[in-house]
Amino acid sequence: MAPPPTVPAPAAGPAPVRSPAQLVAAAAPSSQGARRAVDRGFLVLCLALTALAVVILSVLLVTVWRDGHERLGAEFLTNYASRKPAEAGVKAALWGSVWVCAICALTALPIGVGTALWLEEFARPSRLTSFIKLNISNLAGVPSIVYGILGLTAFARLFGSVSADTPIALGDPEGFLYLKLPFGNGVLAGGLTLMLVVLPIVIVSSQEALRAVPRSLRAGALALGATQWQTTWSITLPAALPMVMTGAILAVSRAIGEAAPILVLGVPLFIRSVPQNLMSDFTVLPLQIYNWANRPGEAFHELAAAAIIVLLAVLLTFNAVAVVIRQRLRTTS
Amino acid sequence: MTAATVTSAARAAAAASRRGTPRSAAARDRRERAVRGALFGSALLSVATTATIIGVLASETVRFFGMPGVSVTDFLFGTTWAPLLGADKHFGIWPLLCGTFLITAIAAAFALPVGLVAAIYLSEYARPRVRAAVKPALEVLAGIPTVVYGYFALTVITPFLHDHVSERFGTFNALGAGLAVGIMILPIVASLSEDALRAVPRSLRDAAYALGGTRFDVSVRVVVPAALSGIMASWLLAITRAIGETMIVALAAGGMAAMTLSPTAEVQTMTAYMVQIFLGDAPATGVEYRSSYAVATVLFVVTLGLTLVGNLVLRRFREEYD
Repeated sequence: MAPPPTVPAPAAGPAPVRSPAQLVAAAAPSSQGARRAVDRGFLVLCLALTALAVVILSVLLVTVWRDGHERLGAEFLTNYASRKPAEAGVKAALWGSVWVCAICALTALPIGVGTALWLEEFARPSRLTSFIKLNISNLAGVPSIVYGILGLTAFARLFGSVSADTPIALGDPEGFLYLKLPFGNGVLAGGLTLMLVVLPIVIVSSQEALRAVPRSLRAGALALGATQWQTTWSITLPAALPMVMTGAILAVSRAIGEAAPILVLGVPLFIRSVPQNLMSDFTVLPLQIYNWANRPGEAFHELAAAAIIVLLAVLLTFNAVAVVIRQRLRTTS
Repeated sequence: MTAATVTSAARAAAAASRRGTPRSAAARDRRERAVRGALFGSALLSVATTATIIGVLASETVRFFGMPGVSVTDFLFGTTWAPLLGADKHFGIWPLLCGTFLITAIAAAFALPVGLVAAIYLSEYARPRVRAAVKPALEVLAGIPTVVYGYFALTVITPFLHDHVSERFGTFNALGAGLAVGIMILPIVASLSEDALRAVPRSLRDAAYALGGTRFDVSVRVVVPAALSGIMASWLLAITRAIGETMIVALAAGGMAAMTLSPTAEVQTMTAYMVQIFLGDAPATGVEYRSSYAVATVLFVVTLGLTLVGNLVLRRFREEYD
């Protein structure tokens, strides 16, 4: 067997040496056969670990289905939560999730896209701009439960500026247009809190969407005498829209799954009503799941599993819509 | 395609200037300024969010430290966390930090290597068809709400540990919760590391193959070092997520703040303590309730620090290839 080739010592220098030749040679085991064996061994490791991930996902889905499918049915969707497992359902949580996510989407989309437009189309490079960008990337790392504390102080209590005992109320408490200050732990406070949680995601994905629009389109519009905003509104934004929507859908599907920030708002655990207006009490699916999973007893675990199936079905629908949009984008461009 | 889009651009621009545009240049400038202001306002909202988080946490924490029986030194150096025990309350953050560290360490020990290997496999080894099947599976895993993983830990992982590993694993234990957190962060590591690996230029791989490198040599000794900044950033992001994870640990790790590194032990993390307080009946003016803000401040500082380090790593250690 030939002795291993002697390797010239890497040249000393300030920068780490990254020449492929040196990297391959320096660390290579002695013989060709050994290197082949390592290569094959690594492939086996790769396959085993990737298979492990697939197995975990399958076990997760199978367990949830096995535990929960018997509880599923029309009644599960139309009954309220109950102390008696046989009569319990997710009606309040399902509608609470719908309301909260609608508010989250309707607020996060304009603000997030607006921020992305400012950063990509309008802002000149400056210290303020780079500070805003750094700030957004930091916000993406803040745990969602911390956003819950922010929502509790800022939205539910309006920083204590208005006492919750003597709220300023507007309209009929039973009607659709009822408003009161502070918001308390109603759906509006929940939706706005989730808006804060997903805002960084919407901003970053919209920025990527805008960056993918070719420069030539903007240049064409500007050359025809359109103003910056006219160019943005009628050329850039429509071109970026499918990608923006995909990002927004993924952001909202994150919001549907969030329990921690809603929990911090102090929503009541037993709700037997569907939201009537922006101030109504509510709960959401993930919180209902937590509530059931946290109780001892098979029956409540089955309920939790059934609610998980409902939640995953909602998420799957969302993802499917996002995939369809992405596919359509691919065929048109 | 370019010709078509440019024509459509021209048509749209012309239509725009016909339709909703004010006649006079002054009116147009006014609208331009108004739009600019609105967009800038929405950009400032994110800064306001950060400022408000810091303001709220700081003021509530200061109020907490002003309460009788609470001291900053005890909080920062104390090793007993007993906020709910009648008159003899102790607020030493270390048991909560220790619980958070234990859960995060278990999750990281599982997810960081497995995620990286999966990323290498997807980027360097897998045939396009395999990749097209596995990548969406990872995205599905990433989209599953964390409360589902909590249920998984409680009903599958922990019973498995109890039946097949050791009788000492009770209903609530650090290992079950930590593994569930690891499964949760696995797709983050795999997906972001894969992006970093794929961004390494082809020419590097070609050069290494030309020198007789095996696939293992090329991917592990050439491509991974070249993508190291992106891989480390994905690791840091995943660790940040693990530290801030709430629902899994609230369901599966238990509610006993303890200074222990035993994987069979019941532990409480910072986030789980906050859940306990905000779900409980603690009065909003009581010292227990206020203590959750101090814990939130520590959590915020730790995660913010890690995010900043992640940004720094991405910028400082980026390898540029042209």
